[in-house]
Amino acid sequence: MSSFLSVRDLKVHFPTVDGIVKATDGLSFDLEKGKTLGIVGESGSGKSVSSSAILGLHRKTSAIVSGEILLDGTDLLKLSDEQMRRRRGKDVAMIFQDPLSAMHPYYTVGNQIGEAYRVHHNVSKKAARARSIEMLDRVGIPQPDRRVDDYPHQFSGGMRQRAMIAMGLINNPSLLIADEPTTALDVTVQAQILDLLQDLQKEFESAVIIITHDLGVIAEMADDVLVMYAGRAVEVGTGKEILTHPEMPYTWGLLSSVPDVTGDTDSRLIPIPGNPPSLLNPPSGCAFHPRCTHRDKVPGDLCVTTLPDLVPGTRTETHLKRCHLANPDAIFEQEVLPEIAPDLVEEQR
Amino acid sequence: MLAYVIRRMFVGVIMLIVMSLVTFVLFFASPIDPGRYACGKNCSAAQIKQTNKSLGYDKPVIVQWTDFLQGVVKGRDYPDDPELRAAAPQLVTHCPAPCFGYSVVNTKTVNTLMKEAFPVSLSISLAALVLWLFFGVLFGVIAAVKRGTIIDRGIVAIALVLYAFPAFFIGLFLLKFVAIKWQLVDVPVYSPIAEGGVGMWLTSLLLPGITLAVLYMAGYVRMTRAFVLESMGEDYVRTARAKGLKSRRVLFKHSMRAALTPLVTLVGLDFAGLMGGAIITETVFNYNGLGKLAIDANNTNDLPTIIGLVLLLGTFVIVANIIVDVLYAVIDPRVRVG
Repeated sequence: MSSFLSVRDLKVHFPTVDGIVKATDGLSFDLEKGKTLGIVGESGSGKSVSSSAILGLHRKTSAIVSGEILLDGTDLLKLSDEQMRRRRGKDVAMIFQDPLSAMHPYYTVGNQIGEAYRVHHNVSKKAARARSIEMLDRVGIPQPDRRVDDYPHQFSGGMRQRAMIAMGLINNPSLLIADEPTTALDVTVQAQILDLLQDLQKEFESAVIIITHDLGVIAEMADDVLVMYAGRAVEVGTGKEILTHPEMPYTWGLLSSVPDVTGDTDSRLIPIPGNPPSLLNPPSGCAFHPRCTHRDKVPGDLCVTTLPDLVPGTRTETHLKRCHLANPDAIFEQEVLPEIAPDLVEEQR
Repeated sequence: MLAYVIRRMFVGVIMLIVMSLVTFVLFFASPIDPGRYACGKNCSAAQIKQTNKSLGYDKPVIVQWTDFLQGVVKGRDYPDDPELRAAAPQLVTHCPAPCFGYSVVNTKTVNTLMKEAFPVSLSISLAALVLWLFFGVLFGVIAAVKRGTIIDRGIVAIALVLYAFPAFFIGLFLLKFVAIKWQLVDVPVYSPIAEGGVGMWLTSLLLPGITLAVLYMAGYVRMTRAFVLESMGEDYVRTARAKGLKSRRVLFKHSMRAALTPLVTLVGLDFAGLMGGAIITETVFNYNGLGKLAIDANNTNDLPTIIGLVLLLGTFVIVANIIVDVLYAVIDPRVRVG
């Protein structure tokens, strides 16, 4: 019995004059109905490219997509363009990062939401409008019957994102992909939007993929977490496993760079050194090795020469990591944790 | 909105006044003696002086300019001589307000000259506008949709070649081969609607219209292509695709609407400029439009006509600018509401 969404060996390659950009290179994951998968990684790690592939948004002229994307047993990559179009927005919907640029400035919010409904339902404009108002009300827009005729620029940032969510959910999709839904919003609004997403997920029983580089969002939302680096999964596990016992130095780096507002002000923010790698000429072996501060603990040139497999971690079978380190759990507890959360270590002692 | 338009028109009038002053000063900065031109080659120095006096060229530039402005507001008599008016009123031409001057060379008021020439220029511009806008946008969109293919490359290459041809070459080519040698159409002679009807009018505009349109079309193909391609990369177009809209609807409703907005500005200004006279095309086809009037006025140092034309063209551009800005507010709700 396969999962509701099962992605196997997904590759998205962009041929360019300088060579092939491997934005996603052999990504596999599963997601059940009603569950949330968080995909984390820096900019350019392939998060958005992979999710756009699930929606079939890549143009055939510019991208080569291969592998399998099984949604409820159907391989989306084998569908014709027209078949995929019929599913887009209906079975799989997407919420984009910056709702100001993601909504058309020349059409009213109601027009754009209603349009999403009318593509997949043979209803009158009036009915679509009524449905749009209903959805705007559901996502918490006050006076929806009046605001439905507003233009996107008349909405606040949070309201625009709510409207985007209304647009995404209007057809009751079984899979919702939220691409950095809170990045463009201020913190108080972020929390509201996340709460709303959680409520709606319960109500609609959708599977949700949430793409983010904010580990706070992951902690709040995700059942499972996938950490991506240079187009590959480098660590997979439940939210708890990833946040409490990460076994991959890249995940440690992500955790270290989260500011801790409750800690004392002397604790320093530790950024990951260097920049994300070029996807045109990714580093040999483990793509993270040029930035890894724990490389000296791996014997020989293993990190430079060999790409580690995605293998089970030390604690559980579901927790997978792609790293050569022999005892990552111990290193995390002894070296990384004291730096990022000294009070926590203190408490445990 | 109304207040905005009024404010813009007020600024426009000030600009026109400044333009008229600059034209006056530039004209008198040249070493040419206008009286000599008006009087003729065999005039004696005294006769030239007399001519200059009767035309008012002997007064200081600034006085001439204020006289001109007065004429625009109140109208003027040419020559403005009370004695002559009393003795021989048939020799005095009255030019009612707004009077833009009297062309001695043509022995007509500038208003009459422009009134005769304007319909010709307007007709040619309209014909060219329809052709270039339709084909320019059509081929531009096709090139954008088929980007990277042989169709796209072909359209862009042809547009570039056409763009490189000067107007007189295309005009002469059409005149010499299409009209005279192959006799596919009659040699074009301008025919007003009032005389030959709409059919004749359109036929007479075919070749001049094509000549002008080819040049503008080439530019519009490239611009439309660039604007459409740019809008296709916008986030909201991705959103439209993510909704599952058909690609045709994504193109026409979401992509094109945004892409064609900047074209409105260009069309407005280009059309306004053309209405002021397509100098080369009118000369090649010998159509007596504003462009040809301007060339003739320059060749005969006909100051009043030059000033009249400069101001008329300036008015077109200023009015077109205001119309374009108002249109923008109609198209783009962000400008409209706030």
